[in-house]
Amino acid sequence: MNPLLLPLVPGLLLGLGGMVLLLAGVLSRRDSTSPITYGAILLLALAAAFSFAAPDTLLFGGLLKTSLFTRYADAMVYLGAVAALLLSLDYNRRESMARFEFPILVLFAVLGMVVMVSAADLMSLYVGFELQSLALYILAASARDSLRSTEAGLKYFVLGSLASGLLIYGISLVYGFSGTTNFASLATILATGAGYGTIIGIVFVLVGLAFKISAAPFHMWIPDVYEGSPTPVTAFFGTAPKIAAMALLLSVLLGPFGHLLAQWRMIIEALSILSMVLGALAAIGQKNIKRLLAYSSIGHMGYALMGLAAGTLAGVQATLIYLAIYLVMSFGAFACVIAMRRKGQAVETIADLAGLSTENPGFALALAIFMWAMAGIPPLSGFFGKLYVFSAAINAGLNTLAIVGVVTSVIGAFYYLRVIKVMYFDAGTPGFDKTAAGVRFVMLFGALVTCLFVFVPGPLVAEANAAVKALIG
Amino acid sequence: MNQTGFPILSLITFLPLAGVAYLAMLRGEEPAVAAKARIGALVTSLAVLAIGIYLWTAFTPSQAGFQFVEVLPWLSGLDVQYRMGVDGISLFLILLTAFLTPIAVLSSWSITKRVRELMIAFLLLETMTIGMFAALDFVVFYIFFEAVLLPMYLIIGVWGGERRIYAAVKFFIFTLAGSLFMLLALVWLWHNAGTTNIVTLLHTPIPPTAQMWLFAAFLASFGVKAAVWPLHTWLPDAYNEAPIPGTIMLAAVLSKMGAYGFLRFAVPMLPQAVTAAEPLMFTLGVVAVIYISFVALAQTDMKRMIAYSSAAHMGIIIIGIFTVTVEGIEGALFQMLSHGIVIAGLFVCTGILLSRGEPLTLSRLGGLSARMPVYAALLMLFALANVGLPGTSGFVGEILVIVGAMKVNFWVSLLGAAGMVLGAAYMLVLLRAVLFGKSRPDLAPLADLKPGEYAMLLPLAAMVLWLGIYPGSFTHMFDASVNAMVQAHIAALTPHTALAMVTK
Repeated sequence: MNPLLLPLVPGLLLGLGGMVLLLAGVLSRRDSTSPITYGAILLLALAAAFSFAAPDTLLFGGLLKTSLFTRYADAMVYLGAVAALLLSLDYNRRESMARFEFPILVLFAVLGMVVMVSAADLMSLYVGFELQSLALYILAASARDSLRSTEAGLKYFVLGSLASGLLIYGISLVYGFSGTTNFASLATILATGAGYGTIIGIVFVLVGLAFKISAAPFHMWIPDVYEGSPTPVTAFFGTAPKIAAMALLLSVLLGPFGHLLAQWRMIIEALSILSMVLGALAAIGQKNIKRLLAYSSIGHMGYALMGLAAGTLAGVQATLIYLAIYLVMSFGAFACVIAMRRKGQAVETIADLAGLSTENPGFALALAIFMWAMAGIPPLSGFFGKLYVFSAAINAGLNTLAIVGVVTSVIGAFYYLRVIKVMYFDAGTPGFDKTAAGVRFVMLFGALVTCLFVFVPGPLVAEANAAVKALIG
Repeated sequence: MNQTGFPILSLITFLPLAGVAYLAMLRGEEPAVAAKARIGALVTSLAVLAIGIYLWTAFTPSQAGFQFVEVLPWLSGLDVQYRMGVDGISLFLILLTAFLTPIAVLSSWSITKRVRELMIAFLLLETMTIGMFAALDFVVFYIFFEAVLLPMYLIIGVWGGERRIYAAVKFFIFTLAGSLFMLLALVWLWHNAGTTNIVTLLHTPIPPTAQMWLFAAFLASFGVKAAVWPLHTWLPDAYNEAPIPGTIMLAAVLSKMGAYGFLRFAVPMLPQAVTAAEPLMFTLGVVAVIYISFVALAQTDMKRMIAYSSAAHMGIIIIGIFTVTVEGIEGALFQMLSHGIVIAGLFVCTGILLSRGEPLTLSRLGGLSARMPVYAALLMLFALANVGLPGTSGFVGEILVIVGAMKVNFWVSLLGAAGMVLGAAYMLVLLRAVLFGKSRPDLAPLADLKPGEYAMLLPLAAMVLWLGIYPGSFTHMFDASVNAMVQAHIAALTPHTALAMVTK
């Protein structure tokens, strides 16, 4: 095969493979959710393998670009999607909402993310963004008979459309004032400074993307959507789309708008501070563990943005490291939430975990590890994420950001600790059902990576470094 | 690599993890697992102690720098290395940890609730603590320093007393808040020196204005850990609610982490700030000694009284460190060792009463000298050592600190010495209430010490006497390090004299 076509293969695999699976699902007489889910996982694995083999190149006359950076982000997206599919296998069956469209929608969403991540033009960016969003809206509402799920889907759709509108409006302003949508040309044009029109356009683009990564104050949708969506969908929301949107934010701000650091830095700083503070304060009163994780994810995005606000090579590297670590902690924690089932019913409040450590020590330990890691306690992986972003922020002279980060970490630790407290110190008999093998696997994998990261941090750090160099050059 | 050519510090640090792995793999009936877990933890911690003793014999006391240094690449891109090493200051704190962990394990023998997890927590705690004392990279240090929280939080929260949850959360949040400020200081120092290698950091000059901020951050973290007044409020709750072995580790080892932090980082790195903060630290130390002694005097519970006495003695250690004289620092170090052993002894004694079903309320105790004579003798020894009776370990440390303080400030030494008198007051109150007093007829004779209890108390008592009668075998190990530290401090404050010394 022509090596120049290789970068196309992952996208083609996901798109065409998804359609083949769709046909198979329609034509099969029996419920075919499980085989189709396995098929989707296989497709994702193949796509990942091909994306690693692909060379760096520009495709379609500069619409898409592949580089070490896109491969790094793609790998995280694939990993998050595979984890979400593994988690959905058993959950969908038990909740009797097994529909073969579920894995296929995940595939299409991933396709959208892959396009977003490799976008080298504002148009391809928007196309990927919309493909992803549409698939996600349906996923949020996929429990058709559940009022909360439908509400989540609708809420997400309405607010998401607003964000898309802002994004496309921003793109049109940027295009109108600079005359191009191509990243490379934009970078050249904006190197000498930008007028007010362009800057307003950039602000709109930023707002649209901030909505997707759920940075405060554009986070309003996230607690309800997290709570209402079926848990595997929430697990998916919490990982792959956020990482894709964050990667997109990095590539847009450091690519075409890289010379306007002084203009956008303040916005990113504000988003970062607001997200960290809101994530820490609003989570304190939560009783539902999915809502707790929703607010915690807002906080995590705040920390990740801190690296971007630094705007340096080390800062972006810190953000990439933070995202990878966050991905693993996050799907691990959601695996634990999915495993919370009693007598065939999913339970979601923190109080339901009381006494878990005596009844099921392994499960309790895994959740404790994820909570401690999210609180950033060494030697778990979450600490290193924080260490890298704090060090980048202080090196860039952003002391305020670092101090706010430290204070919110302490507040955050309080609510993560509460989960551990309930599991270890409170008496109770959770009586959870037996956990499915797929969920157990994700839990175990996440816990091992989170614990053992301290011994082998080298490869991830080196990869993130190479990815940043590919992005900033 | 080092003079033995073998990564002995990594071995002593991570050996307890091997024990953890063994304990985690135990299968079978609950009581059988519990018995095996206890034995496993004891054997592991004794093996660690054996390595610690070997370390002591292999250590070259005349050398001031770090020994047994190990370096491995670790966080690539950040230039952070896994770096371990000990000098005279950290060596004994490692030994203290290795010595007290088996005693804590023994003292938890009577706990029957979730034994395996408890033993795992103790072994993890040992790894974290020893790793912290041996770390020669600031990031590695920070990781161990912070990770201590995890097992301790569980020890207090799962096996503690009635208000254990409140105490555990308070302990965690206080310490975490303090240490995150240290994290900021760490990152700043890293930015300033371009490395986190502690040996380099010790010789990197820092602008005096920045030193003040860094000192404040260190005070927030190490002050909380060492329970310096007024950052000590987590201490009575944590000490009181933790199970006895947990209290032993908290009071005897974990509080030393804070003092060690001051000695390792604040004093050598921030000479100007330390000089400027001297009055503040002296005041805090004196207030701790006098005020907390009075608080101790007012306690009606044996465990709480010992807990406050422990906090009061930390005041002496702080005063000693901040005199920045050879006598003061050596006294503080010596007091750290002595306090660790004595306070462990006192808490073990408290635990023995608990296991006999006795209440810990002072007014309801009494007459133990007749009922448990051997116990009474040993408790008396520890109590007198705590008071600082000559011939016991407590005396040497306190007298050195007071002599050191005398060189710097007469009033500090006077008030510090007044604390010793108050110490005598509350310890005598304690002894009278527990050992003597009226023996009521309803108090049945209690069994005197059992073999397991001898195994805990006799080594402690022997150490108390050894430290008290022949302190030289300990002080000569850290003489060189402390002298070097004090000279460096003086040189940093007065660059002219340093120059003069060089040109001579």
